[in-house]
Amino acid sequence: MMTLILLALPLLGLASLFLLKGDAIKKAAFGFSALTFLTAISVWAQYDATKIAQFDFDQPWVKSLGISFSVGMDGLSILLVLLTTFLTPLIILATFERDFKNPLAFYSLILLMQAGLIGVFVAKDAFLFYIFWELGLIPIYFISLLWGGENAKAITFKFFIYTLAGSLLMLFALFYLYSQTPGEHSFAIQNFYDLNLSSSDQSWLFWCIFIAFAIKIPVFPFHTWQPSTYHMNSTPGTMLLSGIMLKMGVFGIIRWLLPVVPLGCEQWGFTAIFLSMLGIVYASFIAIVQKDFKKLLAYSSIAHVGLITAGVMTGSADGLRGGIIQMLAHGVNVVGLFFAADIIFNRTKTYEMNALGGIRTQAPWFATLFMIVMLGSVALPLTNGFVGEFLLIKSVFDYNAIVAGISGLTVILGAVYMLWGYQKMMLGESNNLTAHFADLTTNEKAVLIPIVLVVIFTGVYPKPLFDLIEPSVQSILTVIGK
Amino acid sequence: MNVALLIPLLPLIGFLINGLFGKKLSKSLVGLIGSTSIFAAFICVLITFANFISGGSEVQIVKAFDWINVGDTNLAMSFQIDQLSLIMMTLVTGVGFLIHLYSIGYMHDDENYNRFFAYLNLFVFFMLLLVMGDNYVVLFTGWEGVGFCSYLLIGFWYKTPEYNNAAKKAFVMNRIGDLGFILGLFLMYSEFGSLDFTGVLSNTLGHDKGTITAITALLFIGAMGKSAQLPLFTWLPDAMAGPTPVSALIHAATMVTAGIYLIVRSHALFDLAPDTMNFIAIIGAATALIAATIAMVQNDIKKVLAYSTVSQLGLIFIALGVGAYSSGMFHLLTHAFFKALLFLGAGSVIHAMSGEQDIRNMGGLKKALPITHLTFLLGCLAIAGIPPFSGFFSKDEMLAHIFNVNPVLWGVASLTSALTAFYMFRMYFLTFSNDFRGTHEQKHHLHESPSTMTIPLIVLAILAVFGGLLGLPEFTGIHHGLSYFFGTSNDLSSLTRSFEGDFHTTELILMAVATAVAIGSSLYAKKIYFENKTLPDEPKGINKLFAGKYFLDEIYNKIIVKPALLKGTVMQNFMENKVIDPAVNMFASLSVSAGNNIKKIQTGNTGFYIFGIVAGVLLILFANYLIWFR
Repeated sequence: MMTLILLALPLLGLASLFLLKGDAIKKAAFGFSALTFLTAISVWAQYDATKIAQFDFDQPWVKSLGISFSVGMDGLSILLVLLTTFLTPLIILATFERDFKNPLAFYSLILLMQAGLIGVFVAKDAFLFYIFWELGLIPIYFISLLWGGENAKAITFKFFIYTLAGSLLMLFALFYLYSQTPGEHSFAIQNFYDLNLSSSDQSWLFWCIFIAFAIKIPVFPFHTWQPSTYHMNSTPGTMLLSGIMLKMGVFGIIRWLLPVVPLGCEQWGFTAIFLSMLGIVYASFIAIVQKDFKKLLAYSSIAHVGLITAGVMTGSADGLRGGIIQMLAHGVNVVGLFFAADIIFNRTKTYEMNALGGIRTQAPWFATLFMIVMLGSVALPLTNGFVGEFLLIKSVFDYNAIVAGISGLTVILGAVYMLWGYQKMMLGESNNLTAHFADLTTNEKAVLIPIVLVVIFTGVYPKPLFDLIEPSVQSILTVIGK
Repeated sequence: MNVALLIPLLPLIGFLINGLFGKKLSKSLVGLIGSTSIFAAFICVLITFANFISGGSEVQIVKAFDWINVGDTNLAMSFQIDQLSLIMMTLVTGVGFLIHLYSIGYMHDDENYNRFFAYLNLFVFFMLLLVMGDNYVVLFTGWEGVGFCSYLLIGFWYKTPEYNNAAKKAFVMNRIGDLGFILGLFLMYSEFGSLDFTGVLSNTLGHDKGTITAITALLFIGAMGKSAQLPLFTWLPDAMAGPTPVSALIHAATMVTAGIYLIVRSHALFDLAPDTMNFIAIIGAATALIAATIAMVQNDIKKVLAYSTVSQLGLIFIALGVGAYSSGMFHLLTHAFFKALLFLGAGSVIHAMSGEQDIRNMGGLKKALPITHLTFLLGCLAIAGIPPFSGFFSKDEMLAHIFNVNPVLWGVASLTSALTAFYMFRMYFLTFSNDFRGTHEQKHHLHESPSTMTIPLIVLAILAVFGGLLGLPEFTGIHHGLSYFFGTSNDLSSLTRSFEGDFHTTELILMAVATAVAIGSSLYAKKIYFENKTLPDEPKGINKLFAGKYFLDEIYNKIIVKPALLKGTVMQNFMENKVIDPAVNMFASLSVSAGNNIKKIQTGNTGFYIFGIVAGVLLILFANYLIWFR
């Protein structure tokens, strides 16, 4: 029941927006998204670590095809629902002092996307998963297209082609898996897990599913849609894409790839990890030479998720734990960083790092909070980034020490480009652009302070999160090891 | 609550108060909070120390909370109280307190006074984590934390781009070492199944020798970064951009000794890796000598001290490389005393000279700064190794052990010591003797520093003079304090190496040689810079190499920084923009036109459509893939 409420709340909010006008629209959108977050918190409180399947709801949908509306949450789902519902209100709050044309459509799309994302994380039926997957994507196309900046049309088209390609590959694979289920075919996830497919089948199925998720994450070399899409998008669009949507891909790997085609993952795991490693190094080097802060963040995101993918693809306990924890950390940090970029752009109308400087003198609050989020991003111990990165590098190291050594370059390069960027924008003497840089407004503090608190608390005391996800990790490991 | 938990907690509280509310507090209150938190921590260290001794010197593990505790990974935020950590804790809080006290006076006119004390407290917090942690990950946390605070404090005057560059250079060079460190940890983890000191260091038997060598070598790479050894030492001289108390605390007395602490703490592993040990000794020797030669031609008072620090750390690494851990720790302590003293003295000079740091523009400061002068002279005598000052005993003990293992290394170390005595007295005479060479205005402003600054100088001078009592030579028949103390622990007793057979005669001869060398080169410096009143001029011949710092910065720039940037640019401009992106666009437009053609052959068969789309997309991605991997 709780699952249904979580799905229904954003949709209810969406419907209510149509009754409102003016500022009431964004306030209502914020209110409903905050309510959804509180619901997610209460779900966390009710969660029982001794049981795997909880908050289940199962209703046959298209009986003749074995499709059912089957949803439920384990620790993994709850963590990602928490991430989604924590970030959505902050993303909405971040828009409060910015003007967006046609607010009704804009906030409706955000709430619709939230519903779709929650659906992806709770679906227990492959067909339903696919529906939610697309439901999560359609709103972001429109947000990109209608509220995006320069070249929105061309860039969104590229993004669209990419994700469509991935989606279709996945759909094809899901249909094939469905056709292999015994007796009356079914899309139920458990039936997929119980399949004993030959390793040659798993081998090609792996690529169909992996590419779909790899595009979304994105994993090198399927990443070229990402920098321009992030850069062109409005800040809320970029936050939704980078903070939450790319987690659909990693989540997909954990729930729909590793346990469904374990032999395929074993066979191609090294290739996938190798690609991820290339992506980490490639994106880090490109990030170093960026002049535009938003682009720098886009490439650094590729490097970070590359490490997540590499760790998760090892299929080991620590890889899964690190990957899941890092999804949360990366989501929170990247939203914080893009918001920092937005704050800078809002006041100076530029992302060009060389044009800025000396902001710290004018805006000490901003400088401090921005710095802490950045520390999370470069994985300083006692921040959230460290916990996940530690387990991820460990899992990759256990898998292959050399790959870990090369992936570990992110430790150095991440510090290089982040500190460099911070130095150019925040330190030094202020100039014409930054001389009157206003410090954070109350509203902006209300977005950044929760993020900073999460950066520190989950870095110092991640135990509740581990307790939450451990049963899921164990059950996934059991399925993989069958 | 165990009083040991208060030790790191107090500086953290100081940081939070000054960091969050410092702007609203008066300067004197900020200074009081900052210093008191460290002093209170120092008292807690003394209580813990006393409890430890009265409790029979048993190792205690004090757990704060579970940190990364999942599956078979059990990393707790917990602390190990034993002889080694107690010594380091006493040093960090004791010297740390003196430097906080000094900062009250030194930083008094700075507009960001509260920020300075907040950062300094945060640094002490992380440094305490580093030396107190009972596992390698807590140690690593402190390690990264002090690196970050060092970054903040080097770039404290953030409006000057040069300082920011120095700060960034320090952080990045440290991170290069850190990558080695963290890979060493993972290798250790997979070999031992644990990262606790007890889990690793008590189970060193029966492991593959190559693996142990690799682990220790990786840990040493971390130590090279943090303790500024070749090839990663060039950040430390640049770090002098930070305020002088920072140079004294972080870049002389505490943080830069972290690499030494790491090796001493892990000596059970290093003992099993003779290859790594030889490597450490060689790196230490090369660093000691190179840094000493550079120090001879520096004219910035802080740069001389910075290179001297690098050089002295190199000497300690030679000692560690020959297994003389206890002697290395001894020198670490005396060095902390006299180098902190010298830096603070230099700060007092700079304060009096209105920011001037070039010793060519000083001279004759003896009269105007009597306390600074006297304490500085004592510091010089200590570091030069003149008996009976502290540096004489600790350096002598290291030299004897080094001689015992490898006379060639002893030769290098002795040469370094000779150079040390020379450049220290060169600096001393240029600064304090003869006539004043600064501007008239500077002369007018010359003044002795306030008592918050001179009291720390006096206390440190006493330590620099008498610190040698911690470890009197064997032949005196008096218990060697430090060795005896380590000997009370099962795990640490092997830190102390004793000489085989009758070594007393050799030891006495070595001592005489060292004393003669130290006095000789000090007198030589006196002759040139005091009696002949020579001023350093443009470097000629080999001095050009020294003054140019062996051109290491230029070399690194050419072989590392530039290629990295080039790589990024090539990837961006060629791979990303010219290869991969056009390829995607081309296939996208192809699929659109293909779609238009297919439109003409509409069959109404949905299955065929899906098949067509899937096949087309597959083709795109396959081609994309081929382009990339051909």
